Amino acid sequence: MAYLYYKGVGITALSAAVPRTVINNYEYTQYFPKEEVKEVVDKIGVFERRFADADTCSSDLCFAAAEKLLSDNNIDRTEIDLLVFISQTPDYRMPATSVILQHRLGLSNSTIAFDITLGCSAFIYGISVVYAMMQQSGLRKALILDGETRSKVYSPKDRRTAFIFGDAGVAALVERNEKFGESFFSLNSDGSREGLIKIDAGGYRNPSSVETLKEKVVDEYGNIRSDEQAYMNGGDVFTFVNREIPRDIKNLLEFTQRDKDSFDFLVFHQANNFINTHVAKKLKLDMDKIPSTIEKYGNTSSVSVPLTIASELKDKMDGEKSLLLSAFGVGMTWATAIVPFVDLKISDIVEV
Amino acid sequence: MEKEFIGKLKEVLEIEDHEVNMSDEFRTYDEWSSLAYLSVIAMLDEDYEIQMEEADFKKLRTVADLYNATLEK
Repeated sequence: MAYLYYKGVGITALSAAVPRTVINNYEYTQYFPKEEVKEVVDKIGVFERRFADADTCSSDLCFAAAEKLLSDNNIDRTEIDLLVFISQTPDYRMPATSVILQHRLGLSNSTIAFDITLGCSAFIYGISVVYAMMQQSGLRKALILDGETRSKVYSPKDRRTAFIFGDAGVAALVERNEKFGESFFSLNSDGSREGLIKIDAGGYRNPSSVETLKEKVVDEYGNIRSDEQAYMNGGDVFTFVNREIPRDIKNLLEFTQRDKDSFDFLVFHQANNFINTHVAKKLKLDMDKIPSTIEKYGNTSSVSVPLTIASELKDKMDGEKSLLLSAFGVGMTWATAIVPFVDLKISDIVEV
Repeated sequence: MEKEFIGKLKEVLEIEDHEVNMSDEFRTYDEWSSLAYLSVIAMLDEDYEIQMEEADFKKLRTVADLYNATLEK
């Protein structure tokens, strides 16, 4: 087991953008009876979420968040030397969306730009990658743009996933500064669980065809989706998370000699309320220190950790703050981080 | 122990108006659903520290099977 460790680098500003269209989950009853919908919604605790329209991509949400961040903080665009775009819903199969955003944001051609594709734990993986590059002396400022339009990925006729996911994008500015203390990362993977959350077709193993686009009844409950829509085995994801996440958090706490009560906030991937409360209870965490956006934005995959910080911790991040971040998802991959913040500037959330 | 387990099972399945016996096939209960399944595996994790995957859970048919699974730990 290896941990990553950085010093003197951190996120200095954060902004978020969400689509303006609000989905009221109790009324999302086009395909299922109202009573059944209510039961599911009460269980997962997702009451509202945001859906991007047909013309809006993850990159558009990130672009709006980035423009807000750059203008609110008077950032000189010529100082941005690195742009990392994190998503599993990119604009195209190629080129990489980060490169398109480099041009759209008016950044220099010497900008290092690439995408990270990983799923729900990708923001934590992403800040670790960017911190590593920023610890070198050459780069001035880095932008992390993390966006997802998961509403376009799942079938509204599959009750296992129809009520959980929403869309959002964030922009985070990363800078080198001695005021930032140590940060620690535990990053993990288990590809034997590739089938727990998956889109079977549309890649190069099973290319798109007329067959892969056909809607089919997929189980004994009558759920319907095509092979190009995602599925999730929620029960086994739950079991996996309960086995791995508490263990990973405990191990990192032990390694860093930190107590679970020593953090200002603990920010979890907003999977659903059922999983999140179970994990928090299991670890005997102080619920007052765990901000939540699952009820109003749903599960926005990799965006959920930074979106929850942007939405719930505005005006609460003055001075030095120590946060524990935890995320898990498709792969499976999972990550825990201990990250210091100093006077984090959080912009108001933009509606697109 | 059996009695305690049945009490917990009734609670998570929200069974109020009928008895639960060890020989019952729990999937035949009106209260059984895919959401009830999540509640049961959460209970197994919380109260018995058992993390059971769907493939193993599918082999269990009766309340006694469920109860015996908690003893194997």
